[in-house]
Order: sequence, then structure tokens, then C-alpha cells
Amino acid sequence: MSLINTAPEMALTAKVDDLLNWTRKSSLWYMMFGLACCAIEMMQTGGPRADLERFGMAPRATPRVSDVIIVSGTLTLKMALRTKLLYDQMPEPKYAISMGSCANCGGLFQLAYSVCDGVDKVIPVDVYVPGCPPRPEALTEGLLKLQEKIQSERWLVRKTEPVGVRA
Amino acid sequence: MHFHFANALVFFGFGLLLCGLMLGLGLLLRPSNPNPNKLTTYECGEPPSGSAWINFNIRFYLIALVFVIFDVELAFIYPVMAVYKDWVARGVGGVALLEIVTFVGILAVGLIYVWAKGDLAWLRRLATDTDTREGQPDARRAA
Repeated sequence: MSLINTAPEMALTAKVDDLLNWTRKSSLWYMMFGLACCAIEMMQTGGPRADLERFGMAPRATPRVSDVIIVSGTLTLKMALRTKLLYDQMPEPKYAISMGSCANCGGLFQLAYSVCDGVDKVIPVDVYVPGCPPRPEALTEGLLKLQEKIQSERWLVRKTEPVGVRA
Repeated sequence: MHFHFANALVFFGFGLLLCGLMLGLGLLLRPSNPNPNKLTTYECGEPPSGSAWINFNIRFYLIALVFVIFDVELAFIYPVMAVYKDWVARGVGGVALLEIVTFVGILAVGLIYVWAKGDLAWLRRLATDTDTREGQPDARRAA
């Protein structure tokens, strides 16, 4: 019994959607998925200077309570399987940020025998943050972009193709 | 006097109401999309194997404790070695030596205690109640 994708299109549902999205984007708990040097920049982003906490974001060590997974670093083929499993274990609504060249496309190591060239080969990615590695400002920008995306989502209105719920 | 319990009752009622409200709202507003991967045990991404309810020897705990003795010893002696020459040059080498010997001595007491208790030996017999029963199979012995 869920109201998701059941209500008819009207002004009230749009307002409730806005409220829901506002609550969701204001407490984005990110799952730390530091794989390589980008993770150092991700830690800096959580630190006092870039200070992600002012956006209501808190680092989590388990997918069960996470809203967004930040894949930061070179994704090896072995790790790609784990990434898929961890992403599957996150509750909806869930988002993914690909941080740095390696997570985006394999980066320097894309021709290596052990490297998965891009995390979007295994999980759907919402925001790509370019850079090698991206500065904390870049990751913050990426998270703000994600907040914009979340704010524009529609959950309650009945649709043939549900937004945000992925197969 | 009984009226005072009404306060507690009201608190209890509000507690129940709020819990129900929060859980009910969540039930109405969250997407529900269970799948086999999501329902598996979280093992940091590793596929879980077997049940978590297995037996393991309690003496691994003792071994871990004994390891801490050597671990702490190593972790504290290395920095002292690094600055020891400076201390000798400043004429306080004796103090440094005395301090580190005292520290190692305290740890050594712990090690001797464990040794005397026989916890360093992995293969050992259980307490005397097995010794009184002759003809028991060796499975009754530890490890």
C-alpha cells in the first residue's frame, strides 16, 4: 500500500511532491565508496572546508541507510560485481555519483586488463564529476546538481513509466 | 494520586501515536522494490556464504589478546628507537632507557602470566574432569 505513482495529476500532488523532494534532497546520506585517490578528495569534501554537512549530507558505511553512492576511484572488474550488489542493497530512491575520470570511463587505466572502464557499465549513474581527481569544489557541485535533479522528480502522479524507480 | 499516572498514560499514548504516524507515513510514501540482492545479508559487497551462527574456538579470543601485548610493544618501541640518539646526545639517555625498560617490564609481566597459565600452548588437555574418566575418546580433549 503505497501512494507512489497512484495519484492523479493536480496541483496538490505537485506540491506534496515538492515537499517530499525537498526533504529527500536535504538529507542526502552518501555511502562512501572510496576506491582510489579520488577517495582522498571525497574525504576532504566531507571535511570542514568544503563541509558537505551544511547540505545535510552525512557519510554512511552501509547501503541500508544510504541515498546516494559516490563511486570515487578506479573500478576494477572484481570490485564492479561488489558495486552492483551494494547498489542493489540500497533502498529506493537511490542515486549514484561517478567521481573522477576512472569511475567515469576508466581514465588512465581503461586499457588495463583488470579495469572496468566506467561505473555506468554496472549501475545507472545520475551525475558524472570530471577531474583526475576532482577537487572538493567539483564534487560539491556534482552533489548540488544531484539535488536539482531530485527536486525536479515526480513521485505521486500516476505514470506509465515510473520516474526514479529503476528496474 | 492515581491521577498522576494519567500523565504517564498521555505520554505513552502520544508516543504510540507518533510512532504510528511516522511509520505509517513512511509506508505510504516510500517506493517498495524488494529484490533478492537487496534482501541478502550486507557483507560489504561480498556474497555471503553460510550462516552466521557457527561455532568457533573461544581461545582465538585469548590469542588476539596475547597478540596485543606484542603489538603495543612494537608500536611504542619503534618511536623510542627513532629519538633515542637525540636523547643520549642531550644527556638524558638513561631516563629514556629506564622508561622503556619499565614499559617492557610491565608487558613482560602480562606475558609471563599468560605463559604460566598455559595459554600460549595451543594443544592442551581440558580440566581434571576428563582425567578422571579413563577410556574416554580423545575428542573430549581440547582443540
